[in-house]
Amino acid sequence: MSTQHWQSVADIELMQKRARMLQSIRAFFVQLDVMEVDTPSISIAAVTDLHIESFVTNMQHQNYYLQTSPEYPMKRLLASGYPSIYQICKVYRCEEQGIFHNPEFMMLEWYRLGFDYKQLMQEVSSLLDLLSKENELSTQTDKVSYQQAFMQSVGIDPLSISVEDCRQCCVRQQIDVPQGMSDDNVDEWLDWILTQAVAPAFNRTGFTILYDYPASQCALATISADGSVAERFEVFYGELELANGFNELTDAHEQRQRFEADNKKRQLAGLDVMPIDEHFLQALEAGFPKCAGVAIGLDRLLMVLTGKAEISDVLAFPFDRA
Amino acid sequence: MRAFSVLLRLGLFTVIFMATYSTNEFKNGLKLLLNGDPCSITENILVKPGKGQAFSRVKMKNLKTGRTIEKTFKSGESVEAADVEEVNVEFLYGDGELWHFMQPESFEQFAATETAMAEAAKWVKAQEECVMTLWNGEPISVTPPNFVELTIADTDPGLKGDTAQGGTKPATLETGAVVKVPLFIEIGEMLKIDTRTGEYVSRVKS
Repeated sequence: MSTQHWQSVADIELMQKRARMLQSIRAFFVQLDVMEVDTPSISIAAVTDLHIESFVTNMQHQNYYLQTSPEYPMKRLLASGYPSIYQICKVYRCEEQGIFHNPEFMMLEWYRLGFDYKQLMQEVSSLLDLLSKENELSTQTDKVSYQQAFMQSVGIDPLSISVEDCRQCCVRQQIDVPQGMSDDNVDEWLDWILTQAVAPAFNRTGFTILYDYPASQCALATISADGSVAERFEVFYGELELANGFNELTDAHEQRQRFEADNKKRQLAGLDVMPIDEHFLQALEAGFPKCAGVAIGLDRLLMVLTGKAEISDVLAFPFDRA
Repeated sequence: MRAFSVLLRLGLFTVIFMATYSTNEFKNGLKLLLNGDPCSITENILVKPGKGQAFSRVKMKNLKTGRTIEKTFKSGESVEAADVEEVNVEFLYGDGELWHFMQPESFEQFAATETAMAEAAKWVKAQEECVMTLWNGEPISVTPPNFVELTIADTDPGLKGDTAQGGTKPATLETGAVVKVPLFIEIGEMLKIDTRTGEYVSRVKS
């Protein structure tokens, strides 16, 4: 490695593509009459998700957390009567560093009033088409349900499966089983099989939208009327995860229960219990419009659009040079 | 941070603390104990769905056998650290069974077995500076310098006229290693060799 650490790693030509991508995204939303907003990135409350760690800082003996997504404040805007909105901002996730992860990354998040997640999937697809064309990338977008994808690639039904079935599936598919897997958490096993065998079978040179996740992986999504699936989708390019979207949960009571359940899981796992965002819950209580929302990791999207293999290739200053 | 295990004597009790590393401390070069063998991490890939469980997919080099191993850990798992360190040593002599080295600053001596020497045995001569890997204080591998200078002990004489055509012939070095050399090279000449590839680089002008 060079000793000239002050310099940018990425070449200027690539950074011009980044700038053009941002311009195109803004133009896309102007045309759809979706309003750009800006919300705080530091808050007294934090995400409770078991698998997402917030950076913490402090002022006057009070802990503050850097946002891992602008979701809660954006939803507070929607509850205040805003129209459809979008935001392009930096988000921060502690401990996430690797060839596809930078602890600080750029996120595009938007909410569409009156949309359901399937309509939003269509809109995501249009945006990806537009950006692909601008970068002379010929792609297509496949849509497949979580259940279908597992059935087709590894022959198991992820909606009715036990840890033991997952273990056997790993043996059959010759998937190396990580050290430390639990005996009672199926989602952990499904996550592993998804990354090792299901996603690698996706179209390698196109986008795949995976939808209808197991209800146990609902995050902030609504559950389908029959209770079987979370109305949630993710977007991949090849096996690289780019975006996550859902029909937004509007029930304050259920949202609080999910936050509290998350914190219990965190406690059991020996992690810090996070302060729940009371402002967000109050906003839901006050009344929240039916909508769908999605977040896209823009650095990874730029990797796809420019054919780069690592996230550090598309950042002016990756974390180790920040 | 260097991996270590500590013996603490508390009155009558002897407590052994094994140092461990959590997956979030994993990085290239970190030394772990896996199935009883010391390993060094050569690649660490974070596998993490945005809303899902994180995993570390790790490639490691077994420091005893040199083999590469792949293993995955759920994030948050702990793995025992291996007490491995690297020291700069000078080769003294071989006694037919062991290769004897000395650390120039401390004068501490180490004897490496044939297994620990592996390929390095082909390239070291007296006074050569090497890097020795110690595990629990015992040599487990020796890395010679990238380039060594060795004299030709034996090779076929090059015939006049052959030099124009080029080509190579085998030559035996003073350490016993055999390398391919150009036809014009003769017995007694000193050569520069790349120990990583085992290839002749150039003549050394004396």
